[in-house]
Amino acid sequence: MNAYLRSKKLWLLAAVVLSAVLSRFSGSINGYYLQVLIFIAINIILAVSLNLINGYTGQFSLGHAGFMAIGAYVSAYLSKDKSAGVLHALGGGEFAIVVVFVGVLIAGGLAAALAGLLVGVPSLRLRGDYLAIVTLGFGEIIRVVIQNTDAVNGASGYSGVPSYTTLFWAYALAALTIYIVVSLIDSTYGRGFLTVRDDEVAAEAMGIDTTRRKVVAFVTGSFFAGLAGGLFAHETTYINPAGFDFQKSIEIVVMVILGGMGNTAGVAFAAVLLTTLGEYLRFVAKYEWLPDWLRRIADNRTIIYALVLIALMLLRPQGLFGGIRAFGGGPARQLPKKA
Amino acid sequence: MEANGQSALLDLQRCTVRFGGLTAVSELDMRIGAHDLVGLIGPNGAGKTTVFNIVTGVYKPTTGSITFAGERIAGLRPHRIAHKGIARTFQNIRLFASLSVFDNVRAAFNLRCKHTFVHALLRLPAFYKEEREIDAQVMELLDIFDLGRFRDVPCKSLSYGDQRRLEIVRALATRPKLLLLDEPAAGMNPIEKEGLTKLIRFIKDKFDIAVLLVEHDMKLVMGVCERIYVLDHGTKIAEGDPEAITRNPKVIEAYLGEEPAEAETDA
Repeated sequence: MNAYLRSKKLWLLAAVVLSAVLSRFSGSINGYYLQVLIFIAINIILAVSLNLINGYTGQFSLGHAGFMAIGAYVSAYLSKDKSAGVLHALGGGEFAIVVVFVGVLIAGGLAAALAGLLVGVPSLRLRGDYLAIVTLGFGEIIRVVIQNTDAVNGASGYSGVPSYTTLFWAYALAALTIYIVVSLIDSTYGRGFLTVRDDEVAAEAMGIDTTRRKVVAFVTGSFFAGLAGGLFAHETTYINPAGFDFQKSIEIVVMVILGGMGNTAGVAFAAVLLTTLGEYLRFVAKYEWLPDWLRRIADNRTIIYALVLIALMLLRPQGLFGGIRAFGGGPARQLPKKA
Repeated sequence: MEANGQSALLDLQRCTVRFGGLTAVSELDMRIGAHDLVGLIGPNGAGKTTVFNIVTGVYKPTTGSITFAGERIAGLRPHRIAHKGIARTFQNIRLFASLSVFDNVRAAFNLRCKHTFVHALLRLPAFYKEEREIDAQVMELLDIFDLGRFRDVPCKSLSYGDQRRLEIVRALATRPKLLLLDEPAAGMNPIEKEGLTKLIRFIKDKFDIAVLLVEHDMKLVMGVCERIYVLDHGTKIAEGDPEAITRNPKVIEAYLGEEPAEAETDA
């Protein structure tokens, strides 16, 4: 293949430039569609980063929404309440906003990564499903803590977050997330993550520090969840602890499973698909010619996700795109064949 | 030749492993020199695999010391011990199932590769240079063992014998000083076993490393090892060259069983 086509940096650059160009036209897009497009990018970041933990490294985190919440609240708090001085010092123009926005996004990501480190170090030493249980509990703890934190207005939600997120930032950061996961996996170092997933005992015997690898994957994934949370907060301008509940975590897990664990392109595509589907169902719920029970199902996305999961497990357990190598995404997770 | 004096590469001294009330290995002394090809045999449940597991760090010996190349390694985590220069294969093949033949061996280069997280993201020329070097070394190893043509094949689709060989290649890719082979002949047919005997000799000559072989198949062990340790119920019952071992009455007893009357009183 042509060397230019294989250069991941060039793909990243192209994606960022494309995001910038598209962002120029965001004024002519209907506000609702624009928000859906941005949600798609945010969900790509969430799903692709969770895929590093659940897909490539073979751990099972159920707390991605919790890390997203940390990123959302930390960045929102900083940009709403603590950035006036910086904005003023930099002249308050476009440039000042960019500096503040990037700063608070990174701060949100780092806060989430730190939380990931604190949760990950004790629980990742253990094997098996401990991480699922710990992250499940952690996600709920975060939600409850936020509900009881007066500085961010507790359960009634935090409003008045500046609307900084644009099409450009959402897609540029989605591209960056994909670039980072794909580049990482496509290296001798990165293949180490897959060995942890495939056989921890053998990986240890080959000199790979499996605990460390799991923590690295978990903390990296948490960072990007925090980043996505920051984008989300600065898009909706209002965040509410209930928006980062267990259902949101499950939604991201479904994207990863639907796309095929350990297949970055598939997972990103599944994020697009499920976000669009979720929004479309809002309309379906309003179609008056549909029977009442169908409209109620459409209104409750959890049922749809559960049905999608069941159908997928029966028909295509490797995920919609599992086993298809695209985007240099590396080999997909192999599930045991039916006996 | 036999390890004597201070020259031992691996030195187990009075190693005991207890699991609750069960003593799996008791007061074991074992020495392996830098160029030895040593066999470890014994009936089922004799504690052979436990010895492997304490040497590779899966278990910590309850008492006793393990020295490797002059360093105490008892209780280190398995990946640390791999860094010291001990590599192993597994009784039931443990390849990285989702990876290709090439990537299975490449993964073992994690031990020595200089690039890490950040380098993989920045992808500067030095990163590509190292990846090219690793690529060449992996292919060299695969070609030595005639597995190069399977480079991009998923490792699970190799034949049983080839999977065993791939596991050995993967272990060698860590450039060990000591290679532990855990029942490499298990599940092999007589022709494959023949090939394995040649392979083990070849590895020892070509890479000039020490090999410790745990094996059920007496013929294989007798044909290839220079020195043999025999374990029974966690205790070393004999040690010596193949000739002496085959004539040792304790070994014969352990393998063929005692007189029925005695066995009953024993139980």
